[in-house]
Amino acid sequence: MEITELPTDFAAVVKSADKTVALAGNPNVGKSTIFNALTGLHQHTGNWPGKTVSTACGEFESKEFSYALVDLPGTYSLLAHSQEEEVARNFICFCPQDAAVVVCDATCLERSLNLALQVMEICPNTLICVNLLDEAKRRGISVNLERLAEDLGVPVVGTSAHDKKSLNTLTEKLDELCAGLSRTNPRKLQYIQPIEQAISIVEPSLRKRFGERVSTRFAALRLIDGDSSMTERLGEFYGENPLEIPEIADCVERAKAILAANEITADALKDKIVSNLIQNAEEAARTAIERSNEQKSSRADKILTHKFLAFPIMIAALMVIFWITIVGANYPSQWLSAGLSWVGDRLTDFMSFLSAPWWLSGILVDGAYRVLAWVVSVMLPPMAIFFPLFTLLEDLGYLPRVAYNLDKPFCKCKACGKQSLTMCMGFGCNAAGIVGCRIIDSPREKLIAMLTNVFVPCNGRFPMIITLISLFIVSGIGVSSGFAASVLSAAILTVVILLGIMMTFLVSRILSATLLKGEPSSFTLELPPFRKPQIGTILVRSLLDRTVFVLGRAAAVAAPAGAIIWILANVSIGGAPILNYITDFLDPFAQIVGMDGVILTAFLLGLPANEIVIPLIAMMYTQTGALTEIASAQMLELFTANGWTVVTAVCVIIFTLMHFPCSTSLLTIKKESGSVKWAVLAAVIPTICGLLLCAVITGVARIIRM
Amino acid sequence: MGNICGLNEMGIGERAVVETLRVHGSMRRRLLDIGLIQGTNVECVGRSPLGDPAAYLIRGAVIAIRETDCRDVLVRRDS
Repeated sequence: MEITELPTDFAAVVKSADKTVALAGNPNVGKSTIFNALTGLHQHTGNWPGKTVSTACGEFESKEFSYALVDLPGTYSLLAHSQEEEVARNFICFCPQDAAVVVCDATCLERSLNLALQVMEICPNTLICVNLLDEAKRRGISVNLERLAEDLGVPVVGTSAHDKKSLNTLTEKLDELCAGLSRTNPRKLQYIQPIEQAISIVEPSLRKRFGERVSTRFAALRLIDGDSSMTERLGEFYGENPLEIPEIADCVERAKAILAANEITADALKDKIVSNLIQNAEEAARTAIERSNEQKSSRADKILTHKFLAFPIMIAALMVIFWITIVGANYPSQWLSAGLSWVGDRLTDFMSFLSAPWWLSGILVDGAYRVLAWVVSVMLPPMAIFFPLFTLLEDLGYLPRVAYNLDKPFCKCKACGKQSLTMCMGFGCNAAGIVGCRIIDSPREKLIAMLTNVFVPCNGRFPMIITLISLFIVSGIGVSSGFAASVLSAAILTVVILLGIMMTFLVSRILSATLLKGEPSSFTLELPPFRKPQIGTILVRSLLDRTVFVLGRAAAVAAPAGAIIWILANVSIGGAPILNYITDFLDPFAQIVGMDGVILTAFLLGLPANEIVIPLIAMMYTQTGALTEIASAQMLELFTANGWTVVTAVCVIIFTLMHFPCSTSLLTIKKESGSVKWAVLAAVIPTICGLLLCAVITGVARIIRM
Repeated sequence: MGNICGLNEMGIGERAVVETLRVHGSMRRRLLDIGLIQGTNVECVGRSPLGDPAAYLIRGAVIAIRETDCRDVLVRRDS
């Protein structure tokens, strides 16, 4: 079995299972819901070799077999215009699977069938799963499954997310299909005569040489069509490039001559192939669908994309999410921090029980453990609240509307409207947002989105901005506690975020005129119907996929960083800790931008995780050499005693919003863009912006005071 | 018979049938991917708050397309 096409993690799963099944489908058809329902928590995610496309592979047991289910990227077609399509096509074409399941959207069956017909053309053992039946029913659409099965010549199952029984039917039919009990006779895509003639010339030559290891009809058409990525992959699979074999190359030339004689150019051929697919899908859908009354644009859409209401609603939604996150995270954060600090004390006791040397206990407990505990207690609660809320918006279908509303300003900055979605992801974690930039097709626009993602504050920087706002600005205004204070904090936070968004536009525009010159590329965006979100799935997905993932990565760098910080703060040269030399060195420069040497040093040491910047500042001011828990009142006192004013706080907030991204984000940019150059730029651009703005604010403040 | 115009000239609620696609390259592929071929029914269902892009109902799905990209899709208005 050739499994070179698979991510390495999946190969073992595929080998151990009785049957391998590919799961294909358009985006937004509930494919992942079905995948999760079938495989539960037995999932592995991995990147496809040489591609920045990640998918999941899971296992499940049916009555008859154990299955390895490979979740292919959501695509509309297999014609390989994008990396996702290429991955999906290569898997279905070249990885021997026992069956393919295509998840279709009952509310938009025609387009789903477009993909299903392409899969069926390559893999005759296909099972069609018509999902979202309940939603289609609500919208007055009913699908005749028997008639669809008859028309397509493959088994069809109807499913709805809330109906667990429908999944049993799915596995039963899959068992039958894999056991060879159900005969399939897939609907054939019949082309016009000259194209059929061209195929009939090339196909036998391929079959004669290589046998029917891949669908020769599909391969022949791709060779005639001049699909270079498919030709290359075929060459790897067969062990020799088919076009370098004289007989085959000759047949391809003859086929092309026939097309040319019928005035079918290369472009016209592509058009005819696609049109034929669409017409077949239209026909199949027409026979299966019975409509009673069709409801088109929903009332919600009229409001959410309304001329005057759209923007206030977006800002309000942002504010509500932040407010819930701030208020909700407060108590769990305190409990966690108290609990973890108690554990820290016991660790210290344990170290002295072992009579470990002071430096070892210092590095391990006061350094690595305390920093780790800090990061966890500050980061976990807001993330555990923010990510589910964000996933909720995602599931509802609100995010594409955000991209729709904001496309014009992005287009004016010569960028892509989908950048607003990557920015939304950036609120959770910039590294996640940068990975999300894959949804942008144009490489130029993708780079702009990656370089500016850091202008939205991630969950690591939120707590810091919030602490500074409530300590120095809200109480400075005279609102000290309670509901009013939390609302005011959320409002100021929103202003800070709007500043970040404005910077995103500005920097995108400047990049488009300088380093990444170009015009906006064409853009199409689907506005899927609003869906009732699945609370259970949201919790599992957001907690497992996002929260634990991000936290794990942050913790992995926090512990070693903690050890290094402890060494810098506790190892003395010439009577003073090493750290003091760094802060003294940076101080004159830091004063120009309204901060001090300690603050800048903390930002530099906070490169692995921005969460530790505030505790680092406190540690350096108190000269304790270890991060310690201090109450906010004490923090205000301590910082004020060290010369902090409202201007200092504002500058630190702005620098928090605009400085080099964390090390994880930088590494992600390097990986996604394939070059160190872009990672360096991603660090330099926001830092310059932040420093400039801070210098201006400090300058103005000094002039006013004089 | 209706009159021929660019997709961008359709008002909200108006329906039309695609006549020709005068676009090439990646945009043509993308339009074909969403099922926009000769003879396809389209309906303009809304406009973004800033006026661009507009949303069209194409084969059961709502797709947003920018004005500049719509200009080269010629449609025949239902009369």
